[in-house]
Amino acid sequence: MNNPQLNKNGELQHLLSTEGLPVDIVRDILDKAATFVDVSDGREIKKVPLLHGKSVFNVFFENSTRTRTTFEIAAKRLSADVVNLNIGSSSTSKGETLLDTVDNLCAMHADMFVVRHAQSGASHFIARHVAPNVHVINAGDGRHAHPTQALLDMYTIRHYKKEFHNLRVAIVGDVLHSRVARSQIHALTTLGVPEVRVIAPKTLLPTMVENLGVRVYHDMNEGLRDADVILMLRLQNERMQGAALPSAQEYFKYYGLTEEKLAHARPDAIVMHPGPMNRGVEIDSGVADGKHSVILPQVTFGIAVRMAVMSILAGVKV
Amino acid sequence: MNIHIKNGRLIDPKNNIDARQDVYIVDRRVASVGKAPPGFAADQTIDASGLIVMPGLMDVAARLREPGYEYKATLESEMTAAVAGGVTSLACPPDTDPPLDEPGLVEMLKYRARSLNQARVFPVGALTYGLKGAELTEMNELTEAGCKAFSQADAPLTDTRVLLRAMQYAATFGYRVWLRPQDSFLAKNGVAHDGEVAARLGLPPVPVIAETIALATALQLARETGVILHICRVSSTAAVDMIRAAKLEGLKVTCDVSMNHVHLTEMDIGYFDANCHLVPPLRGLRDKAGLRAGLLDGTIDAVCSNHSPVDDDAKQLPFAEAEAGATGLELLLPLVLKWAEQECVPLLDALAHVTIKPAQLLGQKMGHLTVGAHADICIFDPKASWKIEPAALRSQGKNTPFNGYEMQGRVRYTLLDGQIVFQQ
Repeated sequence: MNNPQLNKNGELQHLLSTEGLPVDIVRDILDKAATFVDVSDGREIKKVPLLHGKSVFNVFFENSTRTRTTFEIAAKRLSADVVNLNIGSSSTSKGETLLDTVDNLCAMHADMFVVRHAQSGASHFIARHVAPNVHVINAGDGRHAHPTQALLDMYTIRHYKKEFHNLRVAIVGDVLHSRVARSQIHALTTLGVPEVRVIAPKTLLPTMVENLGVRVYHDMNEGLRDADVILMLRLQNERMQGAALPSAQEYFKYYGLTEEKLAHARPDAIVMHPGPMNRGVEIDSGVADGKHSVILPQVTFGIAVRMAVMSILAGVKV
Repeated sequence: MNIHIKNGRLIDPKNNIDARQDVYIVDRRVASVGKAPPGFAADQTIDASGLIVMPGLMDVAARLREPGYEYKATLESEMTAAVAGGVTSLACPPDTDPPLDEPGLVEMLKYRARSLNQARVFPVGALTYGLKGAELTEMNELTEAGCKAFSQADAPLTDTRVLLRAMQYAATFGYRVWLRPQDSFLAKNGVAHDGEVAARLGLPPVPVIAETIALATALQLARETGVILHICRVSSTAAVDMIRAAKLEGLKVTCDVSMNHVHLTEMDIGYFDANCHLVPPLRGLRDKAGLRAGLLDGTIDAVCSNHSPVDDDAKQLPFAEAEAGATGLELLLPLVLKWAEQECVPLLDALAHVTIKPAQLLGQKMGHLTVGAHADICIFDPKASWKIEPAALRSQGKNTPFNGYEMQGRVRYTLLDGQIVFQQ
């Protein structure tokens, strides 16, 4: 089975998942992102002409202002032309098939698609059908993957911890429904993190999650013990009550990150969250705004990482 | 017309024959095996040198999509596919549109099928009206119209009391009830086996317990009512074990497995290959091994194609949104041969799963070439190798997870009722 993300020379053709992504490519993305952090950070003019004349289409079948905005900023800082399409509210509701939508967008000479879709595998499906010169970036597909989020998390971890091979990383929350968690797990194991833990009640974990290479904890204090990095997951509103969880309050009591629970981690532990946060549900405000939190730097790095991914896909040498 | 099939290797599992024997057909029936009947003069001779002569295959699950889904497939296209695959009898599930819950619909289907004169069609009637799981259908009327069993196809029957009543009623008249066990709450929205692949790909899962819990209920009700129960498309080792125990206990229960599940696992989904979106879902390696063990020890009676042609547009979607199903009629025989070769099963035993055993569980005196039987015959070349190419399939459904597979065994002649209906 060919890796659908790579071309026949082993170069990145699409970014669909962190699973099966060669470690060299991951490092390349992180290294390149470092150069773009400077562009965003220190310069008067926050633009480089690397994608000048290229068209990036943000194709969102599922609404997301935040992610779409960060991709838009990233593309614009690379001088690309950006088109935002909220397909959820137009074509498909008129009965157009997904393939027709994709064909139409290809006919508009897009160079890159940034795709978000509610179905796992939608980006793979689109990547299989686009014209050969078009690159697809998965901006989140169902419960499957959200690779740029995971890569920006890796960038953040490397920024604060330098190395991966000596880390204990704990992922906390709704792993079952989380594309972020899946992508983080693959990225962490690819980069050689020796111990990846997941902490959640059994109702929020997939069957056989251990086979992804993680240790499972149901007790949060135990799971956080001596952790270097804590990756919090967002709890979707619709999961807060029902058959998976009795209430947001009870969830917070057992799995919300508070100062007391955080005290079990290493003193220099960093706390991350993909946003948007539910304060008082998965994370206490004191922790979210506290000295361990690197949640805002994550957002800044996110733009640089997305710039890096786009420039590598476009085959631009920096 | 008198036909002489000469020089072939005859395999007839019912009669325990695997030998070079000629078959003589007179007036659409098998007149003699081995020696020509007195005064026999052939109008036509088929030279079956190097070929295997066997009873026509019987497929217990082939969706023909009529009435209602003619854009997916038609009776014409699928009957042509059947005989090209050596299948001369098939049972079709009731999940058409409208479902087979009215005698008129069943009669129409039988009439249409008969007029095409290709394969014999044995309709399975709806167990409840509209397959809605609430009211029983007129099973007597439907039986008179030609239904051989009653089933919910893949539609849920959540009300256990209705299922009990349906079985009691069917048992009263000795009718067969066919069920594919699946707890609809546990399987809700699920599209893949609850295992490693679904965990990795983030696909909504169907756990094995969805099958075993519903199966436990069905077996318990069968014990209570004495109904003749057939379990369709068993998919897990756990379910095979339960059926094995039920058979030992003496329950009147039989079961079948789809060819897809004998050969494939969740791993074949790869990177979201929608051709592997099947019902029930492809399960793990251990389940595949358990299904194969069930075939070997006779727990599983029949192997079927679970032929479910899907139109191309319905498959060209992300995995979960793509319609479940795959074409299979033309692949049943070569896939049975492939399994037999892999497991070193003698052809005499292997081919019983697609001839005499399915005939028995349908209550039909067919699936064999005893003197006097209808001359429904499949003649194939066991050495002919070919590659599965969707465009070359006769079925209107072109989707198959076996796309590109190398197969061995190709049908050369199919005879229905003593007439050649397919030849290549």
